Formats: sequence, C-alpha cells, structure tokens
Amino acid sequence: MNKIIKYVLYDIVRSKIVVAYTLFLLLLSIGLFNLGGSPDKGLLSLLNLVLLTVPLISIVFATTHFYNSYEFMELLVSQPIRRSRIFLSEYWGVALSLSAAFLLGVGVPVLLFAPGATGLYLVLTGLFVTFIFVALAFLASVITRDKAKGIGIALLLWFYFALIYDGIVLLILYSFGDYPLEYATLALTALNPVDLGRVMVLLNLDVSAMMGYTGALYKSIFGSAWGVGIAFLVLLLWVLVPLLTSRRAFTRRDL
Amino acid sequence: MIAIENLSKTYGKLAVLDNLSVRFEGGRVVSIIGPNGAGKTTMSKCILGIVLPDSGDIKFKGESVLKKHAYRSEIGYMPQIGKYPENMKIRQVIEMVRDIRKDATRIDEELIGLYGLQNMYDKRMGSLSGGTKQKVSAALAFMFDPQVLILDEPTAGLDPISAEILKCKILKEKKKGKLILITSHIMSEIEEVADEVMCLMDGTVKFHDTISEIKQNANEERLSRAIAKIMNEED
Repeated sequence: MNKIIKYVLYDIVRSKIVVAYTLFLLLLSIGLFNLGGSPDKGLLSLLNLVLLTVPLISIVFATTHFYNSYEFMELLVSQPIRRSRIFLSEYWGVALSLSAAFLLGVGVPVLLFAPGATGLYLVLTGLFVTFIFVALAFLASVITRDKAKGIGIALLLWFYFALIYDGIVLLILYSFGDYPLEYATLALTALNPVDLGRVMVLLNLDVSAMMGYTGALYKSIFGSAWGVGIAFLVLLLWVLVPLLTSRRAFTRRDL
Repeated sequence: MIAIENLSKTYGKLAVLDNLSVRFEGGRVVSIIGPNGAGKTTMSKCILGIVLPDSGDIKFKGESVLKKHAYRSEIGYMPQIGKYPENMKIRQVIEMVRDIRKDATRIDEELIGLYGLQNMYDKRMGSLSGGTKQKVSAALAFMFDPQVLILDEPTAGLDPISAEILKCKILKEKKKGKLILITSHIMSEIEEVADEVMCLMDGTVKFHDTISEIKQNANEERLSRAIAKIMNEED
C-alpha cells in the first residue's frame, strides 16, 4: 500500500494547499496564545476555532482532492491492484498530510505555550476530527460522480455538524426542559463528533463548573479513564463507519 | 483464453450489454466492431474490472475475474482516451506503473524507443498532445509482456507513421501466442492486422467470424463492403 500512498502524498505536497493550511493554523495558535494572557484562555479560544475550521478545511480539501484524483484512480484500476487498496491509499494520503499539518500548526504551539493534559486532549480531538471529516468527505465523493454535487454534500455535512446540530440540540433541551435530560444530552453529544471533542476538552478546563447538572454528569463520566476511553472509542467509530461504508461503495461501482 | 458468459450491463434504463456470450482464444487478433454505443468499450472495461457487470461472468483461463485483481498482471490495456494525472511527468507515470507491476518478469521497452518517449520523459502529462498521450498508453500496455492486450481504438489519434509502428508491434506480439482485442472503426486497418471480426450491436453479438469467412459469406472482395452487406441484409 505504501507505494501508492507515496504518489498520493507527492501529489498533495505539490499542490501547496497543505502548506498554506499549516501556516494558517500556526498563525492562529501563536496569535491566540499571545492574545489571551493565560494559557487556559488561549486553549479555549483555540478549541472553538479549531473545531470550526479543521472540519471545514478537511472536508472541502478531501472532497476536491478525491475528484481531482479520478484520473489517477482510473489509471490504477486497470493495473493488478485491489480497488480497496487504491481507496485506502487515497484516504491515508489525505488524512496523514492534513494530520501532519495540524500537528505542526496546533500541536507544536500547544506544546510550547500550554503543555498538559488539556492540550493533549485538544490535539487528539483535532486529529480525530481530521480523520473523521476526511472519511465523511470520501463518503460524499463516492455518492455522486458530479464534483459540484459532491462538494455541496460535503459542505452540507459540515454545516450540519458544526452549526445546525447544536441548534437542534438546544431546541430539544429548551422544549423538553421540564424532564430529566442528562442522559439524553449525553447520547446527543455522542452523535456529533465535534461536540464530543468539545465536551472532552472543556471538562479539562475550569469552565465546566458553569455547566450545571449536565456538566456534573459529564464530569463524572468523562472524568474517569473509563469514560475517556469510551469517548475515544466513539470517535474511532466515527472514523470507521463512514470510511468502511465509502470503501464498500467504491469497490462496487463503475469508474 | 477469455470467455464471456451471459454478460449484462445497464446504465439506468439503457441496456448496453445484453446477455453477451463470446470466447476468445490466444494467438489471434480479434477486431471488435459495431456502431457507436454498441457496448464495445463497456465490454473491454468489464474484462478489466473497471466497469462491474450486473449479471453474467467473465473467465480468464477458466477462472472468474469478478472481484479479483491479480489476473490484470496478464493484461495490457490501452484506453480510447488515456486519462493521466496532469501534474505527473511521463517518467513518473511509467515508474509508478512499473513499481506496481514489480513482479513482471520481462520488460518490453520497444515502443518507448520507437516512439522516442525518452526525450520527453520530463514533460508533464497535462501538457502532452492527444497523440503523445496515446503513445504513452501504448507503451504502457505493451511494457509488461502481457498475455492479453486490449486496445481501444488504438490508432485513432496517432499519426500514420506511429500507427504503422503500432500495427507492426501488434503482429509481432500475435506471433508470440498472445490474444489481442482491438476495437476499431477503420476497416482497412482491421483487414491488415485482424484474424477475426466480432460485431457487436445493441449489446449482443451480431456475428463473429474469421475475415475470409466473412468475405466468402457475403461474396465480396473487400472487407468493408462485405460487412456493410451483412449488416444491411439482416436489418
């Protein structure tokens, strides 16, 4: 598989978008840490921006890359290689290069300005979000051959997870405020990887005290190693389900 | 060498291949003809696993090729329109395919030499003309000394000299016992290189005979006339 990843990486590095992405993240991180005063404040602002921009850039970049690689994939499918191998090589190539950009752009500044458990959670969350949204992008790309439609679906997915979902959750909480909703909120959080990552990082900051009963419940669950393990397992599922679904679709369609 | 059994493929409502059954043996050059949209390219792509059939089976040396990939090391494919990653150089494309087909025992670089591709190794694929891309496709198809060659309108974009080189190469490879499938519309060319002609129409085999049989049946000297006669008669 490494052979093909090599060529995918070569293609991505040449496009220079990943370099620009790295610089953007680096500028963002260093700027926020220098503005905020305390490292915790810096982490909080960084968390909010990372959870908004990383999914967006990951999903848009991965979708356009997939459509631009059609020729490459067409060349490879007539060669003696498994289709799933071509697909997974593309996935690893995109996910690894975006992750490397994230590690350089956010990981290094966090290590310098705010080392500690919270920073580690932030970086891990960012990496998971990258892998998840590249997988979602590939899912959007195998659904349709039309590039414009594919990017449309990808943007809709981002809108849904980054903006609309929170609105829906707020609406549910507001409408059913008279009922005990602690466990329901927990389940709702697990259904959105962005929120799950946010909650995990927030609970490691002092601000969790302001989140009321639900915050206390979260704290009791995500505070334990067991709870954190489950949370990462759910994030892993968020990578695997779209990835395996799209791989299956890719091996069963015409090219 | 290749047996296609009851192959069907539909795009939406359009049935491109309709219960197609045909066999091809080694040491022959088979020309696949038929009107545009008759399913010629779809059939080749099914053999290569690029297009997946709805039903039916394709057997290569007696074994089904569906959901397999290793058999493709025995096939060289030259697409009708070669699509390559735009920002890769000729050298990189050739090296990559070689890297993938490392197990090939014999490397045949004759066409690279005859087409003078070494002199253009550092050109980007995106900057090449259609004809040069065709030459790269041809060189890649013949490079690994495959048992089967599938050439989809191989001479369509080539200049006369390059087309002649390719025809000589085809005849040379045939003598080694290879099966060569060519889709083409140019009758004079078919007459030059092919042993058999298979005619596809609306996704089924209209006829599949040797060239001399076709001429005899139609009682014509020239292949193009003979084929036109057969097609008109049966309409």
